[in-house]
Amino acid sequence: MTCEKPLDPHSEITLRVNGNPHTLLVDHRRVLLDLLREDLGLTGSKKGCDHGQCGACTVLVDGRRVNGCLLLAVTLDGSEVTTIEGLGGDGEEPHPLQRAFLERDAFQCGYCTPGQICSAVGMIAEAAAGHPSHVTDPAEPSGRPVPLDGAEIRERLSGNLCRCGAYPRIVEAVEEVTG
Amino acid sequence: MKGFGYLRPTGVEEAVEAYAAHPGAHYLAGGTNLVDLMKLGVESPGVLIDVGRLPLDWVEELPDGALRVGATVRNSDLAAHPLVRDRYPVLSQALLAGASGQLRNAATTGGNLLQRTRCPYFQDLGKPCNKRQPGSGCGARDGVHRDHAVLGHSPHCIATHPSDMAVALAALDARVELYGAEGGRSIPVADFHRLPGVRPERDSEIRPGELITGVLLPAARAGVPSAYRKARDRASYAFALASVAVVLRVADGVVDQVGLAFGGLAHRPWRAHHAETALLGAAATPAAFEGAVALELDRAEPLRDNAYKVPLARNLALDVLNRLAPAPATA
Repeated sequence: MTCEKPLDPHSEITLRVNGNPHTLLVDHRRVLLDLLREDLGLTGSKKGCDHGQCGACTVLVDGRRVNGCLLLAVTLDGSEVTTIEGLGGDGEEPHPLQRAFLERDAFQCGYCTPGQICSAVGMIAEAAAGHPSHVTDPAEPSGRPVPLDGAEIRERLSGNLCRCGAYPRIVEAVEEVTG
Repeated sequence: MKGFGYLRPTGVEEAVEAYAAHPGAHYLAGGTNLVDLMKLGVESPGVLIDVGRLPLDWVEELPDGALRVGATVRNSDLAAHPLVRDRYPVLSQALLAGASGQLRNAATTGGNLLQRTRCPYFQDLGKPCNKRQPGSGCGARDGVHRDHAVLGHSPHCIATHPSDMAVALAALDARVELYGAEGGRSIPVADFHRLPGVRPERDSEIRPGELITGVLLPAARAGVPSAYRKARDRASYAFALASVAVVLRVADGVVDQVGLAFGGLAHRPWRAHHAETALLGAAATPAAFEGAVALELDRAEPLRDNAYKVPLARNLALDVLNRLAPAPATA
């Protein structure tokens, strides 16, 4: 049995972005990154490779860090999205990671920075929840928070590339917040 | 990308019915591979059936001690699950050796098994590829094939399967659970993926419209020492040049349980049956390990530029086997 007429290529979805509710009619092809930048004007999240290889588009969906370029917006109906614009809450004060990146000069061109910071926010929560990484000693008991030393931070942020090579200061900035 | 219809069924039966109503539709879960392939034009489904929110996101212990992993459990959650870390460390390690934190948060157990090769000829519409377009030829065979297969390849395709997780599952004797129009079935992970032969467009034994519902980790492998080791071009966030998953139990100096599988070497996770047969019941010595691994890798048929993979895989396997084997008792 086949369908007689093609399915509608659009759907209506509701998202909360940085605390604000939005109801949008989206083309099914729309990925979250383009929705944020083009439809909502939130240009903090960056388009680097657009293929999930660079991390510049990293945002938090329901508190978990993901690549906005690979998530179809239609699949996120009902989700809570946090972008770099929303990390500081009401906007009066920067997030401690934003402050640390500024104080440590943890960037050169700055293009990857929003993704780096959103990724670090998600990564710190993962470690606190006891998620191991590739460099965590497998003998460590499961379920306990994992302390974040330099090796852990480098491994856990490997999905965020910095073509300027600001990695040493990025690690320092994250260590300042986690240490 | 061309437009497409979107359906979000709430159960497995409904998902399979949706496929029956829209043959040729694609199931979508985490989307980390499929959305990328749609952007590249490699895939252009008319309908996506979103199975990413099906109620299959649990890890369940069965009465016999086996562990059932639902198809939509995210890779990051599976790697962190206490029962997986404690009983099947090779699986947790393999998952953590793959992709990035962001991708693991989206990618699912079922989707990981069904991800396509990262062969650049497969991903480039301007190049010939028998997997993408049957009959068009293989650009990699005489082209850039440093990352390609050394075992089980065919004149039609030399692609490798990119999953780390599947390599661990093969060594663990895990089974894939499937559900389709004809009901449910399960097959060993090691037999789930195919060798390319003359039909490289078929990666696995899954049937059109069939859905992966879960993976079963056998009780017999629970708590058996195991580990994963992967070699790649950078320290993190890269596909395997070669990798190995080993499950090994030694009793009184003799191997009484062994699972050995290689990644990055073939069109599927390469279960090393010849090496396993040689090791089972043999003394767990470095010499025995070396002989058994050679028995497997002597079958390799490297291409012009990837012969390095054979000693690389051998050294990875010997390192992990020797590490997992208890030190012999001193006289």
